[in-house]
Amino acid sequence: MLDKSKTAADAGLHQSHRVDHLLIAEMVAPGSRVLDVGCGDGALLQLLADTKAVDGRGMELSRERVNACVARGLSVIQGNADNDLDDYPDQAFDYAVLSLTIQATLKPRDVLVNLLRIGRRAIVSFPNFGHWKIRTDLLFNGRMPRTPNLPEPWYASPDSHLCTIRDFVELCDVLDTVVEEAVAFNSAGRRLPIKKSVTLHNMFGEKAVFRLRRRHHI
Amino acid sequence: MTAKTTAPPIDTARDDIDGDGVTPVMDTVVFTDALDLDNGKTLQPFTIAYNTYGTLNADRSNAILICHALTGDQHVANRNPMTGKPGWWSLLVGPGKPVDTNRFFVICANILGGCQGSTGPASINPETGEAYGLTFPVITIGDMVDAQARLVDHLGIDQLFAVIGGSMGGMQVLEWAARHKERVFAAVPIAAAAWHSSQNIAFHEVGRQAVMADPNWMRGDYLKHGVVPRNGLAVARMAAHITYLSEDALHEKFGRNLQNRTDRTFSFDADFQVESYLRHQGSTFVDRFDANSYLYITRAMDYFDMAAEHGDVLAEAFRGTQSRFCVVSFTSDWLYPTRESREIVQALNAVAANVSFVEIESNAGHDAFLLNEPKFFATMTGFINSCAQKRGLPAA
Repeated sequence: MLDKSKTAADAGLHQSHRVDHLLIAEMVAPGSRVLDVGCGDGALLQLLADTKAVDGRGMELSRERVNACVARGLSVIQGNADNDLDDYPDQAFDYAVLSLTIQATLKPRDVLVNLLRIGRRAIVSFPNFGHWKIRTDLLFNGRMPRTPNLPEPWYASPDSHLCTIRDFVELCDVLDTVVEEAVAFNSAGRRLPIKKSVTLHNMFGEKAVFRLRRRHHI
Repeated sequence: MTAKTTAPPIDTARDDIDGDGVTPVMDTVVFTDALDLDNGKTLQPFTIAYNTYGTLNADRSNAILICHALTGDQHVANRNPMTGKPGWWSLLVGPGKPVDTNRFFVICANILGGCQGSTGPASINPETGEAYGLTFPVITIGDMVDAQARLVDHLGIDQLFAVIGGSMGGMQVLEWAARHKERVFAAVPIAAAAWHSSQNIAFHEVGRQAVMADPNWMRGDYLKHGVVPRNGLAVARMAAHITYLSEDALHEKFGRNLQNRTDRTFSFDADFQVESYLRHQGSTFVDRFDANSYLYITRAMDYFDMAAEHGDVLAEAFRGTQSRFCVVSFTSDWLYPTRESREIVQALNAVAANVSFVEIESNAGHDAFLLNEPKFFATMTGFINSCAQKRGLPAA
């Protein structure tokens, strides 16, 4: 479990890296094989390569971002988490990572099942729709909440499957998955270990990172 | 610095398409040991004509093999001595280019079955003293690759740093990665496929029938009779050339523009620019290419099906590979569409290979891989540099 008092700022990397990326990097063993699904511009893969000597691969929907990743020397393919994960064999990676992407997939459950099949462990980060600001926004304004994490109006948002931390924990139970580590954090990057109280962290965490594994081996 | 931050570093050097490129070492080597062919026969002896550029390093780890396409040749980065045109891939290969001849030892060989110095149907059969013609064995892409492997042996190179090729060159890259796994550090199949589609076989058959319908083809014995099936081969080239472009590219280049005239002539002259262009393509091609070579090479492409060679499971072709792959396709390429590159990627993923895959946006059709496509060059530069780092080669 991570130390509650330690913040991402302590790492001195917060200026140039996303907090969830730094948390994911801490959850990954050095020298391991990682698949980053929805790898964007490759920032996490680069971080993992630089700090953990990881053998990384990426998948990204946007053609432009894929080109940019390959041009910077990362192994990335153009693909879609909903359709293209079936191609990978079981346990091909030590970790299958989905950072701030699961809420934009068509079938989050199927994607998560695939991640847990492809990777010995899955690491998932997502925006927490249970955060108190979102709750009060909906309660008092009566409109779909818009926050720095969820900036788009409902009709333009790519996030079709938003969930709360509690929702995600429930899905993990349904899939008979062991939560090895779970961290919620706020906009300042201050992290809150979730096991102590899901209720509190579902209220105060803006995003969360979970490291999971299947209870039973394939 | 100005706002110019995203342009690839090779941009400034790329305008010299009309230049002489880089000076190659041109050589031929005769192999007296028989080459075992996929059709069960052997070829003995056989010659490979090849060019090299740059310098092989002390531990022989910086060699890049470039595989040419159907009508290509070994003059990848130097002015072609026969046509006087710049090397066919001088945009990609040369000093300071993505395949940098200042850093890498670049090899490009005329394929087996070709007509630019390597043994092909126009070569003299030592047993008869006459050109092989149709007695030349039907060869495969795999045979071409095995012949190249003999050349790589000859050059004293155990492992190629990279094998790179587009179109049929990409097919050779895939065969290299499948047949000689430990000899390929990085593999770059571009605008290619792991099997030749029915549509592609159909176009090739049109071309072959055009050649064979030419009375000067003489059942393949035209060299003995001192004639050339020019018309047939030109028509074959014209038909094929259409498949290398795209509807958008043709429309943008020619539209319905007339050729040096203000109105239709109500005849079968080349009224339209596109007609004139195709006729020119056909007639210049005949001057540099052997008709029987065209038949044999298109046949080798038609027979190409890597899944069929591995129990109908393409992934089996690559099982155990340690090579790093970069698969490239182009959006407007309908001859080897992105879908077919994706099949290669899926097969590589299925064996957990290290693979990158990019689709480059271009309206130039299949020929895009030969043209000035900055995003393609940026991808190549990035992939090659990262592989060089992994291989322990010095940075650019």
